[in-house]
Formats: sequence, structure tokens, C-alpha cells
Amino acid sequence: MWEYTDKVQQHFLNPHNVGELENASGTGDVGSLSCGDALKLTIKVDDNGIITDAKFKTFGCASAIASSSVLTEIVKGMSIDEAAKLTNEDIAEALGGLPKEKMHCSVMGREALEAAIADYRGVILPMAEGEVVCECFGVTDLEIIRAIKESDLRSVEEITNFTKAGGGCGKCEDRLREILQQTVEGIAAEKIKPLKVQRMTTLQKIKKIENVLEREIKPTLKKDGGDIELVDVDGDFVTVSLRGACSGCQSSQTTLKEYVERKLREQVVDTLIVEEDK
Amino acid sequence: MNCGSDKVIYMDNNATTRIAPEVLDAMMPFLNDCYGNPSSMHTFGGQVGRAVEEARGKIAELIGADPQEIVFTSCGTESDSTAILSALQTFPEQRHVVTTRVEHPAVKNLCESLNQLTGHKHRTTRLMVEADGTLDLTKYQDALTEDTAIVSVMWANNETGVIFPAEEMAAMAKERGILFHTDAVQAVGKIPINMKENQIDFLSLSGHKLHAPKGVGVLYVRKGTPFVPFLNGGHQEQGRRGGTENVASIVALGRACQLAGEKMEEENTRVRGLRDKLEQGLLKSIPKSMLNGHPTDRLPNTTNVSFEYVEGEAILLHMNQYNIAASSGSACTSGSLEPSHVLRAMGVPFTAAHGSIRFSLSIYNTEQEVDFVLEKMPAIIANLRQMSPFWKENQ
Repeated sequence: MWEYTDKVQQHFLNPHNVGELENASGTGDVGSLSCGDALKLTIKVDDNGIITDAKFKTFGCASAIASSSVLTEIVKGMSIDEAAKLTNEDIAEALGGLPKEKMHCSVMGREALEAAIADYRGVILPMAEGEVVCECFGVTDLEIIRAIKESDLRSVEEITNFTKAGGGCGKCEDRLREILQQTVEGIAAEKIKPLKVQRMTTLQKIKKIENVLEREIKPTLKKDGGDIELVDVDGDFVTVSLRGACSGCQSSQTTLKEYVERKLREQVVDTLIVEEDK
Repeated sequence: MNCGSDKVIYMDNNATTRIAPEVLDAMMPFLNDCYGNPSSMHTFGGQVGRAVEEARGKIAELIGADPQEIVFTSCGTESDSTAILSALQTFPEQRHVVTTRVEHPAVKNLCESLNQLTGHKHRTTRLMVEADGTLDLTKYQDALTEDTAIVSVMWANNETGVIFPAEEMAAMAKERGILFHTDAVQAVGKIPINMKENQIDFLSLSGHKLHAPKGVGVLYVRKGTPFVPFLNGGHQEQGRRGGTENVASIVALGRACQLAGEKMEEENTRVRGLRDKLEQGLLKSIPKSMLNGHPTDRLPNTTNVSFEYVEGEAILLHMNQYNIAASSGSACTSGSLEPSHVLRAMGVPFTAAHGSIRFSLSIYNTEQEVDFVLEKMPAIIANLRQMSPFWKENQ
């Protein structure tokens, strides 16, 4: 059981500003179902650049919901410039603190706010760039470096608590240690250059795959009484499970390789390998 | 300290159980008046030794074993480690272990670390499960090799309650001369087990899962099965497990096993009925909810239900407001950042895995409690769904 402050409990049990603003000036959409938490923040900004209203929709645990709720309270009445300076620590502080393992919930709040502000300003966030370090949660080196600097992180465990990086398979632990060391030594800016600027994060990949599945593949399979579910994405390996008439169908392997894999390669990344979950 | 057990609606019995009042009564003298060492020569200690042997007999009776086949340990985890490591030491040339993807961490983490533990000498096959959590025995057959030292497969799964055909699997292993261990901590006391009618070599059970205290377990070791102790030391347990006996808890476990035998029918009729009512009620009243696990090959007390597009910890904390205690397989409650390995192995989609709730009942649950839970759950799920960004689009 987590030790949540009264403030977290209040915001969790009676969250403020739940919903979605119509004609929002800016929308920030971060996280995903597969990661276990997601936040959609909508803000309304008046002609003077003041945030007059904010609403949220969150899928996630108590601290994710509380962080979202308190975030909407904080930003209301702020100017866009002020809001842009808000840190995840501010969000956690407004809740009277969060358990250390849950700090990533406050980071998600800040990310959603940044995305909403960028959307309002019509700019594209630079965070999508950088080298993906944690494949499980799609966390880039730039995000990790930023968290280390902003929250004064000193261990790999703390990095995981704040960014989720390293919280899945744990394969990136050595790399995290390396980044931590370099950042702490203050030379990270020079030494860590993004490998490929446009490399897709696992998160973006999952979203794209889900999209193609929903839009094209599922409707086609359903015509034959079949269905498909995304089970896992691990690097280039996409695990799916065939349902309905597809499961046990003689030609399911052909469908998988000739149709599903080809479609996903065309529309997401041409190196994807589709496997059936068996 | 008062924990309010009189007010809680406790449906988390696969995590741990309350100590039965009869069990507490039976163990109390051994925390007070009867403090002798069972190994002592004097009557004062000797009578305590007799109580330990009586308990051994009761446990043996519940699972159809010979009392001599019962070795007391400190917990289920110790029993699991003892069995698996014993087999590996008995057959140092055989370096393969077969287990499943859905084992309790006590077996899962041991098997996964074997490779490192023994300097990359061992390899482990982890069998996949089907979408309903059951095993494909053909795949199991194929996994058994000349090199296999031991198979370790749980009798019943702690998260879904799905029952594996442990007896049949043991027979298949024995045909090839392979030792067979089963982690039966969830099965013992809930379903009938008779070791005289199967070929299982090792079986683990744990006191606190069947209304005895925490800190006591048993490893059943079939007569004639080669055995290497895990804890070396005194001559206790006929040299099979060193360390002065946890007398009070052993006596408690004996009484608890006796009670479990008496209540076996109730567990499989009344408790099963309550579980079914709860399960069917939830699935009926809450849209986009689904059962995780095989509908019938299952423990009578367990149901694992997913509520899509909401997250488990949030559900549990809302339930907590009503004093309802259960568990979840979501990432936030698993202690890691990923949802339960059991649900992932079953291929439960992420939309559902994060929102899974396990209710595990016991003979102490009542119909009023089930009705109360059924009354509260729909609103809890609806409330969380209306703030979920994924809900509307998927309705």
C-alpha cells in the first residue's frame, strides 16, 4: 500500500476539472494504455495569454489522477509563460509530496502541460527526438538528462521513479548509469548527441501500430469473423493474438505474415516482425 | 494495535487468510505454558514434541500422505527452493528445469536466476499458457528432455485460480525419470488432494493461506525421493531441515489442516456459490468486463475480472473507501511498472490487464458481503471510466 498524503487522497477521490474542453486552445495527450497511465489535458487561453480553464482525463493510478487534478487547479489563472515554467516538482509539492516510486506521475502532468502549451503555440515539442534508451516505456536520453538535472537525481532507481526508464525489462540499466554519470559530471550536453533525430519511440510505435490495427486490419479480419489484439511490442517484434475465426484457422500464419506484417511494415516501420502470441 | 478486521470485507484470501479462532486456541498454549524444546529429553519438552508429531499427522491426513513425508519449513518459498535445489544437487549432470510463465515469484525468480546462480550451467524452459491460463500438455511433453532434472509447476495459480493437471503432468515426468515438484500453496485446503493417488515427488504448502499463521510451511517429500537439505544444522525433521521447530505455528497448521478437511465441502459448495454470484454479478452489471482464466478449471474461491480502460490501483483505492479488500494485477500494484506476468503470459490485452481485480474468498465471507460488493462496484468503475481518456471512444 502506498503512503499517499491527504492531499493526494482528496484529489484522487474528488478530482477537480474532470473532462474535456470543447474548442480548447491547446491539447496535451501523453502516455498510453500499454504504459499503464495516460493523460489528456485541454486548456483554454484568452487573448491576454492567460489560462482561463483547464480540464483533464486520466487513465492511471491514484497519484496519476491526483497529479492531473491538482495540475488543472495550479494552471488556471496562470499566464502561458508562467505555466511553461512549471516543473513536476511543483506538481508533487502541491500534493504535499508523492511516494518516490510515483514521481513519474507528476512528470506525466508536466509533459501534458508542455504538450498543451506547444499545441497552443503551434510548435512541435523537441522531446520526441533523442535516442530511445528505455525501449519498454519509450524514454529518450534527452528526457532522462532533463529529469536528472531538474530533480537532482543521483541513482538509476531514482531515474526509474521519475521517468519509468528501466522499469520494464531492465536491459537499459547500464546505459542509464552511464547517462547519469555523464550528466552528473556536467559533460552530458557535449557527449550525448542524439543518434538519429527522427527515430521513433516505442510509445509512438505502439500508437501507430494500434492505429493501423484499428483502422485497417481489424475491419478486414472481422469480415471473415476474425479479430486481432495487440499483445506486446518489444523493439521490432510485434506480438499479436488472433481471435475469433482467426484462432486455429489453417491459413492464419499466412494472414499474419502476408497481410498483417505487410500492412504494419508499410505504415509504421519496415523492419517490424509480427509474431503470434502462443 | 487495532486493524479493524471486524469491519473489513476481506476478499484477498489468496494473499493471506485470517487465523481461524480454533487454530488460535490450539496454538496459544505453545506461546505460553508449553515452551519446551521438542528435542529435549525431559517430559516438559517431550510433550511438546508429541504435539508436533500430532500436527504432522493431521497435515499428512489432509493431503493423503504418510506423516514421515511431511517436512516443516518456514514458508512456501523455502519449501519451493528446497525442492528445486535438492533435485539439482541430486542430479548434477542434468541441467535443465521445466516450469511455466505463470509461477509465483517464489518459483519464477528462483528458476530465472538459476542460470546465474550456477554459473550458466542451467537452463530453464518456461511454458507458455493459453489465453484461458491453461497449459498445453503436448508442449509440456515436448519440453521434457534427457537433460531435465526437475519440473516445477504450480497446482493452482494464485492470480487466476486456474488449476493445472499436476497429477497427470507428474506421471508424464516420472515416465522419463524426471522429478516433479508442485507449488500447491493455493490448492491445499481448497481442493481435495491425495498424494497416494499420484506420483508427485515434492509438494509445497504454506500455513497462512489456509487460516494458520504466517511463518510456517511444509515440504512434502515422497518416500524414496532423493533429498538434499536446504538448511543444514540440527537433527530436526530427521536431518532434513535444521533449526528448532516453530512449535506454536506447526500445531496451528495441524489444526488448520484438520479444519480445512472438515470445511472442504463447504469451500466447494457455499464458497464456490458466493464466488460465482460475485463473478456473474460483476460481469453482468459492468460493461466491458471480462473473466481472466478458465471458467471451470479453477479454485472455488478465486475470480479475476478485468474492467477495461481503468487502472487497478485506482479501483482498489475506491474499494478501500468501502472497506473492501482485494488485489490487482495492474502495474501500479505489482511493485514494478508492468502489469502482472500471469496476465501478460495469457495474452490479456493491456486495455484489460491494467484494470484487473482479483477477488479471493474464504469460508468467512457471507452473502451480504458479496451483495455489498456487487452494489458498490458498478459506480466505482463508471466513475473512473468517465475520467479515462480511452473510455468514450471505445464504448
